[in-house]
Amino acid sequence: MTRPLLNVRDLRVTFHLRGEGDWPWTPPRNLHAVSGVDFSLNPGETLGIVGESGCGKSTLARALIGLVPAEGQAEWIDGKNLIGLSPGKMMKYRNDIQMIFQDPLASLNPRMTVGQIIAEPLITHNPRLKRPEVKERVKAIMEKVGLLSNQINRYPHEFSGGQCQRIGIARALIVEPKLIICDEPVSALDVSIQAQVINLLIRLQKEFGLALIFIAHDLSVVKYISDRVLVLYLGKVMETAATAELYSAPLHPYTQALLSAVPIPDPSHDMAASIVPLAGDLPSPFAPPSGCVFRTRCPRATGKCATETPVPFGDSHRTACHFPGPLTEEEIAVARRVETA
Amino acid sequence: MALLDITDLNVSFQTNDGTVHAVNDVNLSVKPGETLGMVGESGSGKSQFSFAIMGLLARNGRATGSVRFDGQEILNAPLKTLNRIRAEKIAMIFQDPMTSLNPYMRVSDQMAEVLTLHKGMSKRDAVTESIRMLDAVHIPDARGRVRLYPHEFSGGMRQRVMIAMALLCRPQLLIADEPTTALDVTVQAQIMTLLAELQRDLGMAMILITHDLGVVASSCKQVAVMYGGRIRETGPVGPLFASPAHPYTQGLLHAIPRIDHDGDELAVIPGAPPNMTCPPAGCAFEPRCPYAREECANSRPVLEPFAEARSRACFVPLDDVLQYRLPRTPAPQHVTQGGQA
Repeated sequence: MTRPLLNVRDLRVTFHLRGEGDWPWTPPRNLHAVSGVDFSLNPGETLGIVGESGCGKSTLARALIGLVPAEGQAEWIDGKNLIGLSPGKMMKYRNDIQMIFQDPLASLNPRMTVGQIIAEPLITHNPRLKRPEVKERVKAIMEKVGLLSNQINRYPHEFSGGQCQRIGIARALIVEPKLIICDEPVSALDVSIQAQVINLLIRLQKEFGLALIFIAHDLSVVKYISDRVLVLYLGKVMETAATAELYSAPLHPYTQALLSAVPIPDPSHDMAASIVPLAGDLPSPFAPPSGCVFRTRCPRATGKCATETPVPFGDSHRTACHFPGPLTEEEIAVARRVETA
Repeated sequence: MALLDITDLNVSFQTNDGTVHAVNDVNLSVKPGETLGMVGESGSGKSQFSFAIMGLLARNGRATGSVRFDGQEILNAPLKTLNRIRAEKIAMIFQDPMTSLNPYMRVSDQMAEVLTLHKGMSKRDAVTESIRMLDAVHIPDARGRVRLYPHEFSGGMRQRVMIAMALLCRPQLLIADEPTTALDVTVQAQIMTLLAELQRDLGMAMILITHDLGVVASSCKQVAVMYGGRIRETGPVGPLFASPAHPYTQGLLHAIPRIDHDGDELAVIPGAPPNMTCPPAGCAFEPRCPYAREECANSRPVLEPFAEARSRACFVPLDDVLQYRLPRTPAPQHVTQGGQA
């Protein structure tokens, strides 16, 4: 068996924050943005991370590249734990792990030309590279992502959203990373442009043998691009499985509710008949429910869910639920009554 | 008889870069109780279309044509007439509930203001009515929460407050401009269910403006597809999704990843939407259209009926569009042109 590119065990991110109405001398409260996340990623594989806003998707990504302090294990292919590395030591790995951000325009420096933006990481990681060679490589990568190499001296504002995202992709690719973390890379784009960027990512992934961590709230996009999917809720992993399996036979009630809420562009599909409504809102992450964090909105919750925290179990299809399995008609009916009450 | 009748609506803006024709020759009608879906990408003119109906255009904007609501002309009507119609007959909800509620006013004050102004109610009655409306949109503990400020509500709850506020005067028409774009799928499902329920109870018509074809498929009866400021295709939702008759509609439907299918590669629409300061002389979709022929570049197709309740604006014979399979695009950025059709 091949060694995983990245092996994450019990990753935790805790923010120390002052709550509303706290006095200056009250000790800050702990917000567990990500707690106990496990996954492993093979070279060339795509892991999709889904969940509602505020569930810790982006924090998880940032923790992996050391943008927020974290605890736990994130073992890179060479056996090194990336968590808690000093910036100097992390530098070597930043070359291998790059990131693409959600807002294409905001993630590019408006005062730098496209050429400078794309060249920056290359120069940072290879300071001894000669200028003509840098320019050569920038031009080559621009062609790869579908930009014209004669646009090298333009500024970001002269490009459309889709093209800016291509610049972001070129900037990530130029150092030939092994892993790219994509944080909502297409959610700010129009439908027709979104498809272009997704196809580009898939094509580049095949060409360079890249692994991707693809974070998105759009479950259809994640299904399309990912090999495996991880479902997060309030910073915890609810379920993780191969894409086809997760979408066709989800075991966790939360995954089922999430999937049933995705609108399907087919007028003959009766949304009202299939949806499992989730009552209420996401609980405050300051005071997550005891036991299973999803129990307050789960149609199947029992006393056990309030007292015992479910531990993820299973082999390739892992789920953190005391009572996994498809929801029955009765349970869905109960959920609907709660929602309309 | 139609509730809203729009004939030859044109909206243009005087800007430093010249005149921008945001909406051109739009003809539409909405029957009482009906839901019309308005689909388009950013910059297609779908929001300006709704602003023109409500008389909310920016100062450099100019609308011509005719918009008749219940037989009365409301386009460019004096403010006094408009103020009687807005909120009382036609209400609107916007994409971002945080920026469209007044952050300095309690929800009770904002909502009561509508009723004291339009219905001449006393403050006390107005607040009681507001609480009743908040109950109707399923805000738990409405009586206790009505005195809160907007920031104390979550995103989904804020959108519910917006909806409650819009419905206070029982309008006959609700214009919803991307009402769920800022929300998570589970909350989106809640809001769409709520809108459908309220629409049924109050017998109100709705224009739903969105870029999400999934939302349109599940909640609208009629659809209008906009591109480059013009309507490209209209029709009942079933036939339009089953056999799209305009190349743009077809491209759009193929470009979205589907959660209900195991997809092949996404068929990309190459290129980018037109720049509306200098729109193409012919059909605005011509540069991106796989079927484009000579006449498309020179003259503009007009919207013509071709089947029961359906119309489209395209020169390519219907049979060609319906039979043709979308080509695999070689590389993004390259604009496919030529008479393959």
